[in-house]
Amino acid sequence: MNPLAGTAVDWVGLAILLPFAGFLVNGALAFLRPKAKRTVSIIGVGSVAAAFVVAVAVYLAVRAAHPDAPYVRTLWSWIPVGDLSVSAALQVDQLSVVMLLVVTGVSSLIHLFSVGYMHDDPGYARYFAYLNLFVAFMLVLVLGASFPVMFIGWEGVGLCSYLLIGFWFEEKEKADAGLKAFLVNRIGDVGFLIAMFLIFSHLGTLDFRETFARAPQGLTAGGGAVTAIALFLFMGCVGKSAQIPLYVWLPDAMAGPTPVSALIHAATMVTAGVYLVARTNLLFAMAPVASAVVAGVGALTALFAATIGLKQWDIKKVLAYSTVSQLGYMFVGVGVGAYAAGIFHLVTHAFFKALLFLGAGSVIHVMHRAHHQSHRHADAQDMRNMGGLAAYMPWTARMMWVATLAIAGIPPLAGFFSKDEILGAAFARGASQPFYLIVWLFGIAAAFLTAFYMARLMLYTFHGPNRTGDLERPHLAEAPWVMTGPLVVLAALTILGGALNLPHVETLHRWLEPLTAQGAAFLPALAPSTGVEVTLMVAAALIGIAGLWLATRILKPETLVPPERAPQETGFAKLLLEKYRVDELYDRFILRPLVWFSRVVLWKGLDAGVIDTAGVNGSAALARGLGWIGSRLQSGQVGTYVVFFVLGAVVVLAALLK
Amino acid sequence: MLLEPSLAVSAILFSLGVVGVLLRRNAIVIFMCIELMLNAVNLTFVALSQQIGLDGQVFVFFVMTVAAAEAAVGLAIVIALYRHRDTVNLQSINLLRG
Repeated sequence: MNPLAGTAVDWVGLAILLPFAGFLVNGALAFLRPKAKRTVSIIGVGSVAAAFVVAVAVYLAVRAAHPDAPYVRTLWSWIPVGDLSVSAALQVDQLSVVMLLVVTGVSSLIHLFSVGYMHDDPGYARYFAYLNLFVAFMLVLVLGASFPVMFIGWEGVGLCSYLLIGFWFEEKEKADAGLKAFLVNRIGDVGFLIAMFLIFSHLGTLDFRETFARAPQGLTAGGGAVTAIALFLFMGCVGKSAQIPLYVWLPDAMAGPTPVSALIHAATMVTAGVYLVARTNLLFAMAPVASAVVAGVGALTALFAATIGLKQWDIKKVLAYSTVSQLGYMFVGVGVGAYAAGIFHLVTHAFFKALLFLGAGSVIHVMHRAHHQSHRHADAQDMRNMGGLAAYMPWTARMMWVATLAIAGIPPLAGFFSKDEILGAAFARGASQPFYLIVWLFGIAAAFLTAFYMARLMLYTFHGPNRTGDLERPHLAEAPWVMTGPLVVLAALTILGGALNLPHVETLHRWLEPLTAQGAAFLPALAPSTGVEVTLMVAAALIGIAGLWLATRILKPETLVPPERAPQETGFAKLLLEKYRVDELYDRFILRPLVWFSRVVLWKGLDAGVIDTAGVNGSAALARGLGWIGSRLQSGQVGTYVVFFVLGAVVVLAALLK
Repeated sequence: MLLEPSLAVSAILFSLGVVGVLLRRNAIVIFMCIELMLNAVNLTFVALSQQIGLDGQVFVFFVMTVAAAEAAVGLAIVIALYRHRDTVNLQSINLLRG
């Protein structure tokens, strides 16, 4: 009997039901009473806040019991077919509780922020309905006790992401961005599905507990089967968590409202891939090759996206590439086998990246308001139109500086500890496998670039001379408290978050031990000496400071001009501004050949040529031909019939007489 | 015992009837040929009843009765046909051609 039975954990389903009920009510209100903004706000924020209360109760129960085995609450039998039996079941353990708290906590703050940000939007009720639905699906994802249940959440959050990216679907490019996110994610989902098929064919189950119980016997460590499973699972993660080569959808996803970018495309949904790897850590630990791929892709993505972030002008695009880069760090963490470190960075990143996005949202909100007052049609997200905003919105600026220092890895903020732990683990693995040293180097380089581009964002947005224009300047003012309040809370979490997993105390690491212990048996022990550890920490902090210092030295906000008058970039800077032209590359070598293949081969060749001609029209012609032959027999002449009749009689007689 | 000659005559009559049905175009003639075939069968019944029993002879009466009824119906059809089409030539009657 699990010690959690009979505690608050039995009510964990409420955490999903409450936001879902919020979705239903707000969805109905969107049709019936779209103007009832107060009701919508209360239901939208209240349902998620209530889910957070449930999450805290569940957390307290788990903390009191600290069970070794996950507690699974089976709701009903879902797919009982032959050997396959999947239940709609929720799993509560140390990992899902961490995710539960982060998702509901950050969601509550972002819902509150949205009340201010979306206040004048005509689609207010629809927005909150989608956002509540997202929270419900995200909780299905983190609480699911089997791969199929998790997959429901996985697809559900993808759907909500699509709906919210294309929230302002009147503009074609925003609707297209939603479609792009949806389609790119499908590629990854194919991998997830294949991984599920492989797990079922090798282990005969899709339940998490059963899978991990059978895996050590059913699969050979380092064998082809487990490597294939892990790689296909990772393919799903690459899509959902925007890693190379499927990261292209995330920067475009910034077309959605900014709180959506904060919640879905920074703090929660995109980290689902990291969660999946941590959840299936046993399978990845048994497949060292797949783990190396995870770490390699993560490191490459971290550096690659950070370089693009250097030259972006759209404030949200900088943060988007920063998110891609930080997700790369998390994959380095789970790839080198430091699963707790990966989850640690996921949590701290949720805090400081949500803070950065909400801060950016606050800036965009204020810029929009100012442009609206003076009827100007400039880009409210382009940093070249901002500058010196710290004087007008001091709270937003302060809070964003906290997050900037955290993401740059300045001690003692949360980002320093989580990033350092990942890089330390990569370095320790590098002692025996030089491949991981390269991963570590990439991580260090990306950390430097991260500090640089974040300082650039802050300098151009908040410091230097103001470039908004004389007509707009009087309208610049701090955002309302519903928007700055969540910023302050997130900033507090960003400052204190590092305490979750301090070196040598390692609270989170021990918390997750019941889940990572089984996989740890397959991994080499990581125990860098204290001297090395301290050196690495100092180096990491110095690199962050160096990035910030260099940015303040070489960047001159005074020289910036509005985008209309900006000089043409040349050389490598142009390449960075154009994001390495990866989208164009995909368009050229994947999309166009695919469209050509669909049009010329599949449509004109196969569909019109084979199926229409041979299949549809062919069978019609065959029937007509046979009918024509039959109609020739029916001459209407009694004489002919008699001839056949007599012939038939003769044949029958001959047969009888033989 | 004229069994074999009787059967031979019967076979000849039946064959004549078949040939008549196949070759003639006039509905009345074809009709008469069918009667010829029926009577050929009757002759067979009668001839064989010497050996097998009276059942054959009884059967002949049934055939004659049915043939009489058939003649009535058949001739009525031919008359109706002639009234509508002014001919009893079956080659020119092909309304049901496919």
